[in-house]
Amino acid sequence: MGMDNAAEEAKKIAPKKKSADADLVAVNPKGFRFIKIDKNTKSRIIDDIKGFLLGLGRWVILIGVAYVIIGPVLGIISRSFFSDADNYNTMVYMIPQSPTTERYEIAFETLNYSSTALSTIIYSLTLMVLQVLMCSMVGYGFARYNFPFKKVLFACVVVMIVIPTHTIMLPLYMTFANFDVFGIFGLIMGSSPNLLGTVWPMYIMTFFGCGLRSGLYIYIFNQFFRGLPKEIEEAAYVDGCGVWYTYFRIMLRNAIPSAITVAIFSLVWQYNDTFYAKLFNISDSTLLSKRVATLASTVGNVYKIYDPNILQLYMDAGIVLVMLPLVVIYVVLQKQFIEGVERSGIVG
Amino acid sequence: MGKKKKKFKLTLTRKRSMKGFLFVVPWLIGFLWFYLRSLFMTVQFSLSELTVSPGGGYTLDFVGLDNFIYAFRAHGTFKQVLTTSVGDMLIDVPLITFFSLMLAMLLNKKFKGRTLMRAIFFLPVILNSEAILDAMGVAASMMVGGLSSAGAEVSEATSTGVSVGYYIQMFSNLGLPSGLIEYVVGAVGRISSIINASGVQIIIFIAALQSIPGSMYEVAKIEGATAYETFWKVTFPMVMPHIITVVVYTVVDSFVNSSVVTLAYNTAFSEKNYGLSSTFSLVSTLITCAILAIVVRFIQKRTFYYN
Repeated sequence: MGMDNAAEEAKKIAPKKKSADADLVAVNPKGFRFIKIDKNTKSRIIDDIKGFLLGLGRWVILIGVAYVIIGPVLGIISRSFFSDADNYNTMVYMIPQSPTTERYEIAFETLNYSSTALSTIIYSLTLMVLQVLMCSMVGYGFARYNFPFKKVLFACVVVMIVIPTHTIMLPLYMTFANFDVFGIFGLIMGSSPNLLGTVWPMYIMTFFGCGLRSGLYIYIFNQFFRGLPKEIEEAAYVDGCGVWYTYFRIMLRNAIPSAITVAIFSLVWQYNDTFYAKLFNISDSTLLSKRVATLASTVGNVYKIYDPNILQLYMDAGIVLVMLPLVVIYVVLQKQFIEGVERSGIVG
Repeated sequence: MGKKKKKFKLTLTRKRSMKGFLFVVPWLIGFLWFYLRSLFMTVQFSLSELTVSPGGGYTLDFVGLDNFIYAFRAHGTFKQVLTTSVGDMLIDVPLITFFSLMLAMLLNKKFKGRTLMRAIFFLPVILNSEAILDAMGVAASMMVGGLSSAGAEVSEATSTGVSVGYYIQMFSNLGLPSGLIEYVVGAVGRISSIINASGVQIIIFIAALQSIPGSMYEVAKIEGATAYETFWKVTFPMVMPHIITVVVYTVVDSFVNSSVVTLAYNTAFSEKNYGLSSTFSLVSTLITCAILAIVVRFIQKRTFYYN
């Protein structure tokens, strides 16, 4: 495209005097001039058509892919309003003939939605705050200070990203089944406490920077802090700020774009996480994502529904209820999230 | 005097590095406590037979390489599951990488409705839950004529070899290598899962594209490069370092969701065979790390670093 333009421009400059009339004017064989197209307009028209076709192609691909993403979501939403008759009527597609909200009422009750959702959100929010604080601290330490074995330790962060938690799930399970720190708890309470079934394993691991995908967050913060000018801290240091004051009052504020990115990632992934929830056996009444997995069978037992196709409708309603808080958060923070991703150190 | 000053300076830098170390200490404790110790324990478990004692503790009997020998010689499904998982990974990773790079380039251009489109494309990141994905799979299969169900049909047809077989035959008669045809057909069958797995990758690539200085494109334009040339000479080399990030992320992500992990989980918590489960985890992790090492080295050799 650029090449064509250049070539055309070169031509335009060179043979202008020679063929001015012949090139610029389309002459009808009968002798009168009917349309005047100079080269500029011609190339502009070609560019317009090219641009239009490119835009069309882009939209075709984008809409096609968007359909693959959105389609199932719309399907779930529409099916959650289906009545029993709609479900078996092959003429009904997407739009139910006799919509019902019964699925939602029963799913709401069975999930014990308001209290479960509240506790899930509190759980994810607490972990989110911990993640942002601890990972930004560690990332900052790696980005700005030199201490012995720094490179080896940072390699350990990368190891954390690369080695999936699944490899170490059994030892983690064992560790929290008999939780003890150098035998201190055992001495005080007689036996080491079993933390499985509570939310504490997650809090403890996240506090020590080893929560769900903490390695990734440390990496993101590290990249971000490395990109900030050193003068900020030097100024703070000259003004007499201590290391911690500088970090909490100055650096953390500058890190807000990447903090938002990390916050959303950690909130969403924590909310959706079922692996740790299953491993540490966190109770169903605390976590929505775990509870919804058993929704269909619970509804089937309580309401004596044995048809799996109908039970799937309750499941759909439950899934919509689970997605709801996420979608609300996403819609509210969407702009900050995308801008944060672009500006934050995710790329470095 | 001079000596004193020097000493003071040394302690100051040391003090500073000590303070910096304090920032890292909580994570270091966590890493040693949860990761390093657990990695050693996994190795230990895989070399032993583990029996849980009623008091809550456990005892280990060293059995050497028995678990490994059992996993590879006698276990019914392990080898098969491992090969399919690795095979899936090898097929998916390049597809996801190029697909997400393409989409990121499309989404990076300025056009009307870009915000909405981006919001839609990041949706899989938000709705990335096991329960939600299961339900979405069901919903996708219910949608008649949907692309994802079409994909399911294609993959089903390839596995049974009924209707698509004709076209495969036709293309292979044209002289195309059968491996390529199978790869393309497989890719079409996986399109839905590929799209859903590339949310984070698209984000990384968009961020990477934004970080390319605009002056480079201006230069390319002035020099008369075509769009095609601009992509291969400017965009691609500049994005190359991030391809490593994306590939690493994708490999790990696809390993986490692979069936080997499920097998290891079930072996531990349903069959209570902890030693064997650790063996499965260890073997699959080692294979993943080997793949990562090879791929990263391969890409790194061809990577151009701007800074």
